[in-house]
Amino acid sequence: MDIATHVFSALYQFGDAFAFLVLSACGLAVIFGMMGVINLAHGEFIMCGAYVTAATVHAGLPLPLGILVGTLVSALVGVVVELAVIRHLYDRPLDTIVATWGLSLIATQGTLIMVGSTMAGVGTPFGSFQVGDYSYSIYRIVLFCAALGVLAALYALFNWTRFGVLARATIQVPHMAAALGVDTRLIYSLTFACGAGLAGLAGGLYAPTMTLVPTMGATFIMEAFVTVVIGGADVFLGTAPAGGVLAVVKSVMTSWQGQLFGQIGLLVAVIIVVRVLPKGISGFVLRERT
Amino acid sequence: MTGLLAMFRRLEGPQTAGRGPAFWGLFALVLAAALAYPQFSDGYTVGNTVYFFVWVFIALSLCLIWGYGGSLSFGQTAFFGIAGYGYGILTINFGSAYGFTLVALVAAVAIAALFAVLLGYFMFFGRIAGVFLGIVTLAVTLMLERFMAQTAGPEWHIGTARLNGFNGMSAMPPLTIPWPGEPIVLFADVGLYYLVLGLLVFVYLALRILMNSSFGNVIVAIRENPERAEMLGYDIRKYQLITFVIGAALAGLSGVLYTVWGQYITPSSMGMTAAALPLIWVAVGGRSDLTSTVIGTLVVLAAFQALTIYGSQYALVFMGVLLVLTVLIAPNGLVLGVMNWLGRIATRLTQRAG
Repeated sequence: MDIATHVFSALYQFGDAFAFLVLSACGLAVIFGMMGVINLAHGEFIMCGAYVTAATVHAGLPLPLGILVGTLVSALVGVVVELAVIRHLYDRPLDTIVATWGLSLIATQGTLIMVGSTMAGVGTPFGSFQVGDYSYSIYRIVLFCAALGVLAALYALFNWTRFGVLARATIQVPHMAAALGVDTRLIYSLTFACGAGLAGLAGGLYAPTMTLVPTMGATFIMEAFVTVVIGGADVFLGTAPAGGVLAVVKSVMTSWQGQLFGQIGLLVAVIIVVRVLPKGISGFVLRERT
Repeated sequence: MTGLLAMFRRLEGPQTAGRGPAFWGLFALVLAAALAYPQFSDGYTVGNTVYFFVWVFIALSLCLIWGYGGSLSFGQTAFFGIAGYGYGILTINFGSAYGFTLVALVAAVAIAALFAVLLGYFMFFGRIAGVFLGIVTLAVTLMLERFMAQTAGPEWHIGTARLNGFNGMSAMPPLTIPWPGEPIVLFADVGLYYLVLGLLVFVYLALRILMNSSFGNVIVAIRENPERAEMLGYDIRKYQLITFVIGAALAGLSGVLYTVWGQYITPSSMGMTAAALPLIWVAVGGRSDLTSTVIGTLVVLAAFQALTIYGSQYALVFMGVLLVLTVLIAPNGLVLGVMNWLGRIATRLTQRAG
């Protein structure tokens, strides 16, 4: 065991944690950043993506296509949810939390009733490679690249497209954007769909690595919430750096004391960060909106 | 004496629905019915009613923090679990002789309150508000559940009490009141019923007095407009922290009573579903009033149990639908809506009579 293998091992674990945090959080961050809505059904959108991906793969399609289908289906469900529920609650942020929690209950239990307590998983592709004494899964590297890819794509979407310009205008001053002829309702719908789709993408990407159960969303949401709380509204200035910092905390704690302490470390980090930065990034956005 | 009288005058006021002889007459009637009820029922049904009452405390704690204080806390089940486990650990280690179970009850509630002081300090003095408060408390709750669920191994024990991981702790002694001759053991039927009913009436009346006192008015002022309350010279962080701690203690009381009732406590009592249920009762009942919270909790619990008997797996779906519909259609709560409607009819009738 020389230093290089240790460094590689640490980097690998950091990358793994970073990918998990960013992928599970970015859908939540997009919705929260744009609309000040915390989507407690976020975990269930992830679950939806994972289930649809698995079902598509079982139907014989290749995995990448399955992930794409999972993403699109989640986005569609997102549109429906936005039209039916979220749309009526924009001026009541606390009530959106409660309502989305109701949705999450319905989704979890509904899936349990319709699909059963577990679903046949998808094998992890690509196999593994050896560095030093340990072997590493190639798919984890793919996930890390996917996380970077998603961040890049979001950057491009919000800065270089017409939708991005309109969306940013809508965040800054909604009624002014509306007065200038932007259909802000449509923008909100599309944003919610985008966030739900990103959640579905996270679910699809992680479907080959975990057991598919109706409560699998709960595995993601704590990490997602923690990242968004520290990161705040902006996906690039918030989620990405928060993901980086928290990934260090998590990977160090995990390799030192195990998985659970990695998560406890995250929680403690959040509580301390929020206390040390009194005004913080948190709360700021909501005050802007109201 | 005048101080006591002034305190009782606070039973009615702007922050609580229900006033005048009609309301208190009804209250006395309901109380009398509740007192007489075990005489006309069997032990099992009484025990089941105790189970309903146990949950009312956690609902009241959420009503206090969320309905009156305006801070949505998902952490009530965390305090519930902490106090429940606290009671189990204390009584399994020290037994139930000399009325120690009562000491354990108080100590367990105090542990939950202490935890709330710590967590609340970081949150309120860090000025976390709105949705972030909900997320941080939810994260704490889920963390606790995961932590307790992995304590299955024999190395996880406090004194002689094994934590037992996902299966939870069981076989802690029930509440025992020391009595000359033979101590009175409160099993989950008539004995525990009267104790819990007494606690419930005490907590309900005490909260009414608290909310109509100047403290309660400040809490409501903070809910309505934190900046204005602060400009008027109130340190809102302190008020919010105190409310949070009182709420945590109530949730803890609920947890201890639950542990006493069934003589078990498991990590899933802190899980996502467990955290959602009190929210549903309080939201459906009407979060901004104590009376509607109590009624709503009992009604929804009874309905939930009936549903569980006839179609267990659909009960949770139904609860979710109920919650979403309440938020969309009657954001102030269904029971509170009905109560206000009855109140208006009553005033119209009295006006016509007078």
